[in-house]
Amino acid sequence: MTGAEAANALFVATILVYAAAMFSYAVEYAFDKRAPKRAKALVTAGRDAGHDSEAGADLGADAPTEAPISPAAARGAGRLGLILTYLGTAALGASIVTRVIYTGRWPWGNMFEYTVGVALAGMATWLFLVSRGSVPRRLGLFATFAVTMVLGTSVRVYTEAGPLVPALDSYWIIIHVTAAIAASGILMIGCVFAILHLLKRGHDRRVSDDRPVRFPLSIAERLPDANVLERLTFKIHVFAFPLLTFGIIAGSVWAHLAWGRYWNWDPKEVWAFIAWVVYAAYLHARVSGRSAKANAPWIAILGYAVMLFNLTAVNLVFPGLHSYAGV
Amino acid sequence: MTATLTPRKPKAAKRLRAFWRRWWHQLTAMRTALILLLALALAAIPGSTFPQRSISTVDVAGYFDEHPDLAPWLDRLWAFDVYTSPWFSAIYLLLMVSLAGCIVPRLAVHWRALRAPVPDAPKRMSILPHHRVLDGGANQGRARAVLKQRRWRTAVREHEDGTVVIAAEKGYLRETGNLLFHTSVIFILVGVAVGSLMSWYGNRILSEGKSYCNNLQQYDEYGLGAWVDETALPRFCVDLHAFDAEFTDGGPTAYDADVTYEAEGETGEYDLQVNHPLNIDGTNVFLIGHGYTAVVTYTDRYGQTQTLHQEFLSMDAALNSEGAFKFPDANVDPATGTVDQDAEVGFDAILVPTFDDSTPMLLGTEPELNNPVLALTAYTGDLGLGDGKPESVYAVNEEQIASGALQQVNDEVEVIGVGDSMTLPDGTSLSFDGVEQYAVLQVRHDPGGPVVLAGAVLLLLGLLPGLAVRRRRYWIRWNPDGTVETAGLNRNDFDGLDEECDELTAAIAPDSPPPGTHTDKSGSDQ
Ligand code: HEM
Repeated sequence: MTGAEAANALFVATILVYAAAMFSYAVEYAFDKRAPKRAKALVTAGRDAGHDSEAGADLGADAPTEAPISPAAARGAGRLGLILTYLGTAALGASIVTRVIYTGRWPWGNMFEYTVGVALAGMATWLFLVSRGSVPRRLGLFATFAVTMVLGTSVRVYTEAGPLVPALDSYWIIIHVTAAIAASGILMIGCVFAILHLLKRGHDRRVSDDRPVRFPLSIAERLPDANVLERLTFKIHVFAFPLLTFGIIAGSVWAHLAWGRYWNWDPKEVWAFIAWVVYAAYLHARVSGRSAKANAPWIAILGYAVMLFNLTAVNLVFPGLHSYAGV
Repeated sequence: MTATLTPRKPKAAKRLRAFWRRWWHQLTAMRTALILLLALALAAIPGSTFPQRSISTVDVAGYFDEHPDLAPWLDRLWAFDVYTSPWFSAIYLLLMVSLAGCIVPRLAVHWRALRAPVPDAPKRMSILPHHRVLDGGANQGRARAVLKQRRWRTAVREHEDGTVVIAAEKGYLRETGNLLFHTSVIFILVGVAVGSLMSWYGNRILSEGKSYCNNLQQYDEYGLGAWVDETALPRFCVDLHAFDAEFTDGGPTAYDADVTYEAEGETGEYDLQVNHPLNIDGTNVFLIGHGYTAVVTYTDRYGQTQTLHQEFLSMDAALNSEGAFKFPDANVDPATGTVDQDAEVGFDAILVPTFDDSTPMLLGTEPELNNPVLALTAYTGDLGLGDGKPESVYAVNEEQIASGALQQVNDEVEVIGVGDSMTLPDGTSLSFDGVEQYAVLQVRHDPGGPVVLAGAVLLLLGLLPGLAVRRRRYWIRWNPDGTVETAGLNRNDFDGLDEECDELTAAIAPDSPPPGTHTDKSGSDQ
């Protein structure tokens, strides 16, 4: 097996493992009936020290009897999901390292490699949040879903690992592209939280209005409190925004060296500028009054839509200086 | 009449002032900034969907050819100059005014806050979100030492009734960073403006062994900012000794241009590469492209020869290139000086770096010079060079062909390799002597660049504390009745305030049992 084949095998393994993790999380999400109750308990009062023990016989009691999977088994599935997420992320990392060894260069040379990097950054962010206890494990369902979609799409732009064209052969590729990838990966998780927040908010509104809750709002029943999700969304964006800013600055330093001009209004640059401005608008919206704050999650999602557009459509559709990066 | 007008005048002025104040207030509101930011994002989009003159005039001309009806209308809307258009400028100028109107008052407020003592605790501290009553006492000296050690800014107040309050505040750096960040946005824009007024650039195609000097006549293409004096460009000359392109698996992996330069009597050597510009006194020389130069020799009816080194323009990534050879002063009888009829000769040519004769395709798929050929079409007659009109050096004049002034000689293109020649019916011939390389150099001077970079660095330096630092207050009060109260107040979203205040209180009064006793009403059920 050549290095490229090994990298590809690890890549396929990653997708399978993440898909299995997603399934495990789904089991926990659907059948661990303890979850919503516990989330509520955490918000209303801080005095439930005993609840953290895994035994919790009193809690098992209120599980509906018709559930095919017991809450304990569901939590087991969740633990398995987490282990699989770690494994999948390790396999993804190994796939990238194998590519590096095989090609002897930094691994962000084309659109496929870039997308894979975004997936890795996103999952690393996710695992960091889970290990710090900032997010409940079972929400891994949504993170693995997002990353599986990203990896699945990346297959469509797969490019044989090869050498770099001269303009990309610079240490600035490490600085600029790594920053852009890390920011995109973290923002992906931020976008997931913005969506979850909107789902939960919509769900809560319907419940308080005594209106029926239909799909997709119904999946929000077991999400954490809407405010908690909103704060998490904000924190992730606050972390990623300076990184995105730095990535754009590094890119323009590189553009100066490679193309003679630090800003060319090349389509890639135009859309990076748009994304940056939209995220700045998001940060403002949060502090510009109630109605603007209510719209802020939409702006965050718009921001990620622009990032995705820049990553996909701009490479494929618009001709520009960046297009030599190879699809 | 006048008597009735005078009392109304101040009213009108007042109304006008009120009107302006309201608008100014509107413009500098956060919500306006939000809307302007989103508008700016929207306005930037057309710049990526339509070709832009600032990037490629050729593409814009191509768009006009393809959409002859639509293009003039789009042009009237500045669709091909989006980033200098009045509507794009209007949005960002409004944003800058709004920004300045936002920064200046905040600067004043922040300046005062930095110098004013931390405000006293409210009378009823129990209304504050984080409130504790200590069970034991607390030492004032220790409290001050602890706060100082943790770099809180403190103010101590002793009231007449015996109450002592230590007020502490932390996180001023957030507003400092925030203001620095917003100010550097303006700074960057100033740099961009300086750049557009004072920068200049020129592009030059330079074959191996050739040299050129920095003046506008010697550039193939150039652009000058409004404030640039074209006679005052720095003097220097650049000489390209050799150009080397390295290929791996059919793709280019490195370009090296071996140059010497001379400026102000000093000479130097430089290995010019992509990503490694040559800096000559603040003017940068970049390697932005390369291509092939075909070397051919034409032998005319009198046996006279002329050798041409002609640069070719690449058409694709495999460097299949187009170009032309023109011999306007061929076929002159050396004995009499008379010019033959149909004397001028021209060739349209395609240079294929790696010709594959096992396929019927003319164009090659690899940029490396493995089997270069020229595909030639010859013309004789009047090349039309003397009419003073600018014309492409990469093609024989099409108008002359259309008007019949030039006659096409061969119906089918003739493909020749290096060392071969093409013989015309009149016995003259063109021989393909070899291929050289050329480099495309861009020379650019932009005094705004360093300003923009400095602004960007400041922006980042402001952004980090502006986002990460949290401003908060903490009070500890010794009441005349002997009780000690503490309270905290968040001035930004900060999750950890409770923990931080508890930890502070524990450090200040280590003898008190751990707090956790809320003295507000909700705690009474304990
Ligand atoms: C080019 C225009 C602007 C950009 C790119 C921009 C960007 C940002 C960003 C990224 C932040 C969050 C980071 C921080 O807190 O330092 C921020 C915060 C802020 N901006 Fe702007 N801004 C712009 C214009 C304005 C204008 C015109 C105003 C005034 C109306 C304004 C008022 C504020 C305020 C008050 C904050 C603080 C929010 C907080 O501390 O939570 N900004 N801005």
